[in-house]
Amino acid sequence: MHYIREQVGLTGTHWGCDTSNCGACVVLMDGEPVKSCTVLAAMADGHDVRTVESLEVDGQLDPIQQGFHERHALQCGFCTPGMLMTTRALLDANPDPTDLEIRTAISGAICRCTGYQNIVGAVRWAAEHEAAARREA
Amino acid sequence: MQTPAPFGYERATSVDGAIASLQRLGPEARIIAGGHSLLPMMKLRLANPEHLIDINDLVELSYIREQDGEIRIGALTRHVALLKSELLARHFPVFADAETVIADPVVRNRGTIGGSLCQADAAEDLSAVCTAVKAKVVIRGAAGERVVGMEDFHVGPYQTAVGAGDVLTEVRLPLRPGSGSAHEKVERRAGDWAIAAASAAVWIAAGRITDVGIGLSAVGLTTIHLTRAEDLLRGQAPSEDLFAEAGAIAAADCSPGADGRGPIDYKRHLVGVLTHRALRRAAARAASQEA
Ligand SMILES: Cc1cc2nc3c(=O)[nH]c(=O)nc-3n(C[C@H](O)[C@H](O)[C@H](O)COP(=O)(O)OP(=O)(O)OC[C@H]3O[C@@H](n4cnc5c(N)ncnc54)[C@H](O)[C@@H]3O)c2cc1C
Ligand code: FES
Ligand code: FES
Repeated sequence: MHYIREQVGLTGTHWGCDTSNCGACVVLMDGEPVKSCTVLAAMADGHDVRTVESLEVDGQLDPIQQGFHERHALQCGFCTPGMLMTTRALLDANPDPTDLEIRTAISGAICRCTGYQNIVGAVRWAAEHEAAARREA
Repeated sequence: MQTPAPFGYERATSVDGAIASLQRLGPEARIIAGGHSLLPMMKLRLANPEHLIDINDLVELSYIREQDGEIRIGALTRHVALLKSELLARHFPVFADAETVIADPVVRNRGTIGGSLCQADAAEDLSAVCTAVKAKVVIRGAAGERVVGMEDFHVGPYQTAVGAGDVLTEVRLPLRPGSGSAHEKVERRAGDWAIAAASAAVWIAAGRITDVGIGLSAVGLTTIHLTRAEDLLRGQAPSEDLFAEAGAIAAADCSPGADGRGPIDYKRHLVGVLTHRALRRAAARAASQEA
């Protein structure tokens, strides 16, 4: 996580507890969400690492980002990068999760502001819009 | 910032290579698997190894398979794989019970069974599970391989039969007919360590308990193996009264400390209830397997 922020200069990945408890630092390693504060940069060498910066492509927000916007799923935004990556991975593996599955997926991520309700709503929003986009395609 | 003390790092390319590195670098060198116990401890300066030997490339240590009448689990198998394994669900549902409540899904993508057992935190769930199902672990060192039963695995708080120059390579679960198993845990909030947890396995033949294993988490200096309750149960017909009696022994034989998770009398009561429930569920599962 310090490598991503300080050497690579991608400060979207947030630095919270630094000891794998809060989930602010989640990135995808080979497609799986991991707490980057507890993976040494040397351990990630040779693996594919995706940070929150990868979600927006050519000015187009990822549906999960749009969902957080539409459903007001953040206040201070500190937990948001980790929440986005954790829930992006959830939707990649399970495109139509139940509320309980969403809550389980984010159970290792702490948000002091929202009370989680709107985050669950945002993930549902993204799931439904992605399903609609697939139907149209 | 939480910064660990300086340390060296290398990636092992084979188990024997990792053992050779441990021997060469001496007692200040440590294996790193998932890193989800070791790295936080290094950042908090509770551990200060001078060298880390990363075994994450040793994919040959990541498997769950049936062989020679045992389920064999490689040390690098991650929590998520234990949770999803159909083979384990069929023979030892206690693993899925425990894995749904160990940490959170993101931690479970990294943490390993070998790291969990070697960390040997008294609050750790898989040590109780492995104690209950009477697992054996394979430990490889410079002098070769040895197989150690869970009853001889914990030698003290955070201390196991795995020596400074050893690598834990495999966990073996003997398969015997008529088995059922279950894990019961109470935690303060999702993803937290147990206030108390109980794992139970029973083997039933012709309406009698032929063997039983019970392990407790978080209520002593190390995982507790409830031998007195096991002796009571062996040879008996399963019943609610019998399991309640075993629960009472569990409450008496554990040795919890008072902390932010609760006072001693509460934890003893909890252990009694959880042991009773784990036995009840294990026996019901054994019965459904028999049918
Ligand atoms: C937020 C959080 C919550 C958690 N909650 C729980 C919980 O509720 N219940 C629970 O049981 N656990 C919990 N854990 C612990 C989790 O299960 C860890 O994954 C586990 O304790 C350690 O596994 P690891 O692979 O990360 O080990 P590492 O941190 O890599 O290693 C731990 C120790 O084992 C040694 N080691 C590792 N592998 C080997 C090997 N093959 N041979 C020899 N030595 C080895 C290392 O040298 C080190 O000393 C939690 C962890 C976190 C971060
Ligand atoms: S900063 Fe990594 S989990 Fe909190
Ligand atoms: S929005 Fe503030 S911590 Fe989640």
